[in-house]
Amino acid sequence: MRLLLEDGTELVGRSYGAQTAVAGEVVFNTGMTGYVETLTDPSYKGQILVMTYPLVGNYGVPAARPSPSIDRPFESSRIQVQGLVVQTYVDHHSHHAATRSLAEWLKSEDVPLLSGIDTRLLTQKLREKGTMRGFIVPPGDVEEGRRKARQIEMRREVFRAVAPKEVIRYPGGAPKILLVDAGAKDNLVRSLLERGASVIRAPYFADLVELAKEADGILLGNGPGDPKDLVELIDQVKVLLKDYRRPIFGVCLGNQILALAAGGDTAKLKYGHRSVNQPVQDLLTRRCYITSQNHGYAVRDASLPADWEPWFVNLNDGTNEGIRHRSKPFFSVQFHPEASPGPEDTRYLFDDFLRLVSAQRS
Amino acid sequence: MYGAYIPKKPKRVLILGSGALQIGQAGEFDYSGSQAIKALREEHVTTVLINPNIATIQTSENFADRVYLQAVTPDFVERVIVKEECDALLLSFGGQTALNCGLELESSGILDKHGVRVLGTPVSAIRDTEDRQLFIERLAEIGIKCARSKACRSIAEAKAAVKDIGLPTMLRGGFALGGKGSAVIRHESEIDERLKKAFAGGVPQVLVEEYLGGWKEIEYEVVRDFRDNCITVCNMENFDPMGIHTGESIVVAPSQTLTDEEYQLLRSIAIKVIRHLGIVGECNIQYAFDPKSTDYRVIEVNARLSRSSALASKATGYPLAYVAAKLALGYTLPEIPNSITRRTTSFFEPALDYLVCKFPRWDLSKFKGATTHIGSEMKSVGEVMAIGRTFPEVIQKAVRMLDIGGWGVDPNLFPAEDLEDALRRPTPLRIFSLARALKDGWSVDKVHELTGIDRWFLHGLAEIGTMHKALSGVRGSIDPSMLRRAKELGFSDQGIEKVTGVDQLEVRRERQAYGIKPHIAKIDTLAAEFPAETNYLYSTYHASSTESAPTNKKKVMVLGSGCYRIGSSVEFDWCCVNAAQAASELGYETIMLNYNPETVSTDYDVCDKLIFDEVSFESVMDIYEREQPDGIVVSMGGQVPNNLAIRLHRQGVRILGTSAESIDMAEDRSKFSALLDRLGVDQPRWAHLTETSDAMALVEQLGGFPVLVRPSYVLSGAAMSVAHEPNELMRILQRAKKVNSEHPTVMTAFEVNAREIEIDAVADHGEMVLWAIVEHVEDAGVHSGDATLMLPPQTIPLPTVHKARKIVAQLAKELNITGPFNVQMLAKKGAVRVIECNLRASRSLPFVSKVTGNNFVSEAMRRMLGVRRPVQNHALDLDYVAAKVPMFSFPRLTGADPLLGVEMASTGEVGCFGDDAHEALLHGLLATGFRFPEKGVLLSLGPLSDKYSFTDEARAVADDLKLPIYATPGTAEALSSLDIPCTVLSKTPGEGLSAMDAIDQGLVDLVINIPRSYDELGRPDGYLIRRRAVDAEVPLITDPMLARAVIEAMRWRQKPASLRILAWDEYLQRSPMALR
Repeated sequence: MRLLLEDGTELVGRSYGAQTAVAGEVVFNTGMTGYVETLTDPSYKGQILVMTYPLVGNYGVPAARPSPSIDRPFESSRIQVQGLVVQTYVDHHSHHAATRSLAEWLKSEDVPLLSGIDTRLLTQKLREKGTMRGFIVPPGDVEEGRRKARQIEMRREVFRAVAPKEVIRYPGGAPKILLVDAGAKDNLVRSLLERGASVIRAPYFADLVELAKEADGILLGNGPGDPKDLVELIDQVKVLLKDYRRPIFGVCLGNQILALAAGGDTAKLKYGHRSVNQPVQDLLTRRCYITSQNHGYAVRDASLPADWEPWFVNLNDGTNEGIRHRSKPFFSVQFHPEASPGPEDTRYLFDDFLRLVSAQRS
Repeated sequence: MYGAYIPKKPKRVLILGSGALQIGQAGEFDYSGSQAIKALREEHVTTVLINPNIATIQTSENFADRVYLQAVTPDFVERVIVKEECDALLLSFGGQTALNCGLELESSGILDKHGVRVLGTPVSAIRDTEDRQLFIERLAEIGIKCARSKACRSIAEAKAAVKDIGLPTMLRGGFALGGKGSAVIRHESEIDERLKKAFAGGVPQVLVEEYLGGWKEIEYEVVRDFRDNCITVCNMENFDPMGIHTGESIVVAPSQTLTDEEYQLLRSIAIKVIRHLGIVGECNIQYAFDPKSTDYRVIEVNARLSRSSALASKATGYPLAYVAAKLALGYTLPEIPNSITRRTTSFFEPALDYLVCKFPRWDLSKFKGATTHIGSEMKSVGEVMAIGRTFPEVIQKAVRMLDIGGWGVDPNLFPAEDLEDALRRPTPLRIFSLARALKDGWSVDKVHELTGIDRWFLHGLAEIGTMHKALSGVRGSIDPSMLRRAKELGFSDQGIEKVTGVDQLEVRRERQAYGIKPHIAKIDTLAAEFPAETNYLYSTYHASSTESAPTNKKKVMVLGSGCYRIGSSVEFDWCCVNAAQAASELGYETIMLNYNPETVSTDYDVCDKLIFDEVSFESVMDIYEREQPDGIVVSMGGQVPNNLAIRLHRQGVRILGTSAESIDMAEDRSKFSALLDRLGVDQPRWAHLTETSDAMALVEQLGGFPVLVRPSYVLSGAAMSVAHEPNELMRILQRAKKVNSEHPTVMTAFEVNAREIEIDAVADHGEMVLWAIVEHVEDAGVHSGDATLMLPPQTIPLPTVHKARKIVAQLAKELNITGPFNVQMLAKKGAVRVIECNLRASRSLPFVSKVTGNNFVSEAMRRMLGVRRPVQNHALDLDYVAAKVPMFSFPRLTGADPLLGVEMASTGEVGCFGDDAHEALLHGLLATGFRFPEKGVLLSLGPLSDKYSFTDEARAVADDLKLPIYATPGTAEALSSLDIPCTVLSKTPGEGLSAMDAIDQGLVDLVINIPRSYDELGRPDGYLIRRRAVDAEVPLITDPMLARAVIEAMRWRQKPASLRILAWDEYLQRSPMALR
């Protein structure tokens, strides 16, 4: 099997997953563990994922979870990436919870796995030239593969593909949180439920203003793609920002949506942040945290209106990692406080959010 | 980044070193101490270092502002604090030695008294981690689980503890027994019997612990600043599950079998614990982790730089010690730049795109009587680290790096008699038994059941076995795709030769023809996410291009010393680092090749390019061909690079300095002996042995027993032995044959009552440039690495010195030496006989360099690069004396006989100064654990001649030291006949008050035991006395000459307070050779 990049690069590797032609934006992730979480993260929808850690598959994959379950380590009900590219695929997995190998899982969901690629070199290329489109094509007629792969291309449809079809309600205690889902990870739901909240998980196209009336707070979840494509969602959030009095918390895509709704701007990063070792600093407390990240766009600090301020900054490249309203309880972060995969340093943000929600309720 | 906030910057910081290398505390602390000093100097803080280890980089010029080469003990440290007016103390960079000393200083109020602040982790936090009970309590406060353990003094107490902890339970003997008597109680019915056994023989304390056998062992390295920013730099997973000390385990980084959920669980606990304890700087946390659930136990926290942190630092490229030192000054992590990328900060967690494998090196076979099994006690003397991209690649590299004669994880190597037993009860060679079992078709599950090793690792080994089988079926040339696959699995060309029979040079030629070459990749700490200006490199067959292009500059490549082992350790690293620096000063680009994570030479800022890889013929050739250096240095890293000289030379590699032919001439015993004969230089009578049956006839020719037997091409007297009688000779010859059957064995007449002298020198095209002569305190027969050395010589007559010098100059000329060399000689009745000549840097080169103030290595390097500057040589004209004293690790080696011989046994050394030989010797002894006796001295003197020749000294003990003498029967008789009062002790346990009882009861605190004869097992008389002294940590002297020197020294200086405290530069200023 081959990986073809739009700059003409052609890499040959061994195939372990499905023998399917796919196309997608080729992105790299530097996490050393967490392939199950990463592959099911809806933010990767439409992308071909390159892992820089050379050995992938070590601990296998647990059994598929039954339908309505949102249990770990899966972050959605299916594999979201278009294809997976690794240095060395390890078939002999070893873990008490594993029931199948990574390749078996990928095959069962019709996702190709390309092994034997120098992913460090590939990453350097993506870093220097920026994220590129690419194709994974099975041996045989490359042009045919390319054509087939192109058919499954998508852009605005990406959000539809990962959002729930309708509102899902997860019972719990008070408070009640509205989770806006344009590809939200299941761990956002788990993070709220674990803390005793109940969750209304609504697709981004639902009538959010209406649903917000019964919620004590809103969580704008993560998702794939370019935030500017979510025009209707941005419009709905604009309304909420004007009228809503209760806390709104954004995560990843939620950070970008909040910024755009507030009148700010976002820009595409050259190769994005996709790793579990991103250092960020809270600009108020100067405390630093290691965070899990997965985004290709960032909020432009300078574009923020006067009543908003940057909250977190990335210590590596100085890009925006969070914003907050100067007076209202609206705030968001670009990283993933829910982790999974990645470090749990910023899980406290859910505590803070729910504390604020409860305080407003009473 | 947001402005430095330094609470109160100290002015003069005292740094405590770790002293002599010993088992459990080795070169890693030279790395951490030197990094700390660099970090402090950048802040313009004055540094004062106390460390008697003279072979370290940290005690070199241009590091600390002041260096005290003396014992790290509270009384000496206090005197330095006062003298130097230190206002702050760093105690986490010198291992347990420094930490313990610091804690003692703090609890006795000395630090408060002198207004000295402890920087970094507060002492209270250190105490919380050091005291088991406090530790468990502190962790319980935040709901973190520790391995439950209770120290019990009686069977009843232990029984209650077993009940409390629940079955299965682990029993471990107290320290005195060295892990002996450890057992697992699995059933109710076993409790009584096992406890009785554990307490048998008067064991004072037994630890009753929760049994965690088979659990995974995982470690995290954690860094925290005083503003509570906290990161984990690296995690590591032990290949060997719980039950084997982590220092004895094969370790990989990062962890391989943990899911993200598990990884993060342990990471979060680590951060929680470290915050709760209040660590500031670096620490290490160890876990036991249940392979069948997410249950865990915290085993321990090391609130200081450790062996693991040195490993983590080298594994990730994150400069832990440097950062820890900055944090101790009050910086926060985001304020410290990332010195690898130079674009980001130190607040980040490295992402690896490779993995590393650490493998310990043991030398257990060097110790008579020591057990060869490994377990919960650390016994390894060094370690290697291999970098690659798959487990088979790194484990095969690591096995080769050990330099134990393994060319990879070859199932046919080191066959075990009982395979199942070899798997069940780990030894240093278990890896080969694992390979054997898997190749023989034992299932991964079965091997897992026997060893507890995770299946993931076993599958990796099985892959090697599969390739081994495939290769063994090869006839003729090897298929290119199979060859590539074999190289990707870590097979060396030599390994392929061993399986296929195809000559390794042919394998090399073939693979090069197919374009199968290793590529060089960078270690950049963040998996290529950002551009990095790193010079830290490794080679792998999994990379598809080389990242580091060779420059056009003039350059030299220095071959490092590899794995630390008995006979080769930090001293050669000192030589390599100094050689690189000297070349750098002359404008050369420097490339360092080494694979030892405990070294300074593998620090990223020591050379222009650091290639962390094998020092083997194959890897050197691969790098040489790519880099095309102007020359390779093989003479600074000890025997590992030296042994490559001839083969590299034959391939046309440019070797700097002395020619490879000359090296061979000196290394090959028979060639060298013939050379001496030709020059008319005296040497002990020798004979070349080819047939064992000729041995007795040759002994006759040599003038009878004793004779010295030694193979060629060995370091530190491996397989070198003295035979006193025919049976012993036969045993030794058998062993020598096993070690090296290719090179001839040589027998030499063994001289008794001769002095041994050594000359370290540097020559340039055969002309001597620098030289220094040292004298052994012990008579010839004690290995030079175990001997106590004096510089300048104390008892050698001047004519002998001149004669020795003349011989050395003659050898330099004849061998046309350019560079460092060392000649060992015997001096007796005016005659000088040459025993050995090494055309490379010697173990004592750092010592002579620092004592004379003349850096022999830098000078040698300059000469090797053709630079001639006038130098002055003053090695005899010194206004002080220095002693080099060996350090032994016998307490760690259960059962080993602490006796010295021709085979080296010491694990480290110190070098101390004094106004005279007495002061230097005592400083040196105190720095290696000696204590002035205050209670009594036990004399057990061997041969009759020794008994009587020791009369003056015995009288001195009684009259001048005013200490009671205890003596074994024969010695007592001799002393009584001379009217020296003593108490008689039996040698055998159970026959009245025995010598062992006297040691146990604390009646004696110095044991002088001169062995007399050998028992039927070849074990010298008095073993029980020596072993008991070692186990009770009572100073033991076994050499008559040393004993004499020590007693004489104590006559003149009766307590530590009578020893002067002077800094290294204060001594040097008194010599005509000013410190440059």
